Formats: sequence, C-alpha cells, structure tokens
Amino acid sequence: MSLAKPAMRGLLAKRLRFHLPIAFALSLVAAAAFKYGVTEPRKKAYADFYKEYDAMKEFNAMREAGIFESVRPSGE
Amino acid sequence: MLASRALVRGLQSGFWRRVSTSSGARAAHPHDVDVLDCSAPQYNNRPDTPWPDVPFVRNLSAEQKKLKEKEKGPWTQLTKEEKLAIYRLTHELSFPEMNKGSKEWMTVLGGIFYFLGFTALLVWWQRVYVYGDVPHTFSQEWVEKQTQMMIDMRVNPVQGFSNKWDYEKKQWK
Repeated sequence: MSLAKPAMRGLLAKRLRFHLPIAFALSLVAAAAFKYGVTEPRKKAYADFYKEYDAMKEFNAMREAGIFESVRPSGE
Repeated sequence: MLASRALVRGLQSGFWRRVSTSSGARAAHPHDVDVLDCSAPQYNNRPDTPWPDVPFVRNLSAEQKKLKEKEKGPWTQLTKEEKLAIYRLTHELSFPEMNKGSKEWMTVLGGIFYFLGFTALLVWWQRVYVYGDVPHTFSQEWVEKQTQMMIDMRVNPVQGFSNKWDYEKKQWK
C-alpha cells in the first residue's frame, strides 16, 4: 500500500512548459488564418474592383437609373 | 439535486424537531440529517476542507475504541484493513467517491430545454396577440422598390450587396 510520493513543487512551471508553446502556436495560427483567409482576399477584391473601374461610366449608369436629384436622366 | 432536496427536507424536519425537543444536537451521528444543529461543528465532504471540523463517527463502539488506542502506537503495526477502518471513522467518503460525477447534468439540460420551449410558446402567443402590425415598409411592394434602388445606387459594390447583382444580365449572380 505504498504509493509514490506525488509531485509537490513546480506544478505551475510544468503546466506552463506544456501549455505556453501550444498557446503561442495556436495564436499565430489564428492570426495567419485571419490574414490569409480574410484580409488578403479583401485587399485583392478591392484591387480587382478598382483596376477596371470607370467612375464616369458608373455615374452615368446611376444617373439613368434616376437615383440622383441633382442630375435627372438624360432623357428628361 | 436529490441530495439538496433531502437536505432541505431534513432541515425542515430538523427545525420542527428542535422546537419540540429540549436538547438541540444529538451527537450520536453528526451526519444524521434528522436533527441538524447549525451552531455546532458539522461534518462535511468537501475537497477544499480535507480535514472536517468533526470526525464522521463520534460515538465509537468498543471495537472502534480499541482501534483508536492502537492508532496511538507505531503505525507500521497497523494492518491495511485497520488503516482503512481508521480512515472511515474520520471520513465518510474518499476523494474519488466525493468527486465522482453524476448524471444530473442530463436532467439539468433537459430542464433548460423544456423551459426554453415553454418560453418559446409564450413568445409566440405574444407575437400573435400582443404585437401590432408591422410597418408598411416591410410590404412586398416596398421591399422590391427598395432593393431596386439599392442596386441602382451600387450599395457595397466591392464585396457586398451590389457585388451579387449581375449588371449585364440584370439578375442575381
């Protein structure tokens, strides 16, 4: 009936030695995932949108749709 | 949950007992829930108080008294059964026994869902019989005109609303 003496010291250090690298790694993974899953696609979407963006064309299309009050569609 | 209900019933019967009898605490068995003198130290099974205020068994039989006497000598002369018996004199449950889980969580979860469902019925009744009409801007006609205007205005054209509309084919992508 003699059990081994349990660990009495260094319990926090042992826990930190195990959990801190995992915590750092997971944080880095989360940051990388957000960067490459969200921000890079978003930057690319905006870049692509404005590469071929013709402001006058869009303006005229909106004007013809009749949403402006300062300029009416060209027909009127 | 059952243990707490038994405790409440024990406390209630203990209260009435105390009122009718003269002597308060019966030291016969401190874990007796029948008469609970809350002014005297009580036994408890808690992991954070490993040495409770009173031992579990207060009134020792002759045999138990002999064991306690033997405990005063060198412990190497105690057999394993005697050591366990001494432990059980001062403690009711061991740590694994007191820490073991139960299936109570299923009851709790079931109760939560049951009452959530009941609340849903009440909310539904309220929606039908208490709330007035929805504003006219929610009508089909209005929402159609509104959507068309949003498309014309190029709302969120990069990644959002107007991005999903195909301006050439005049339909949703």
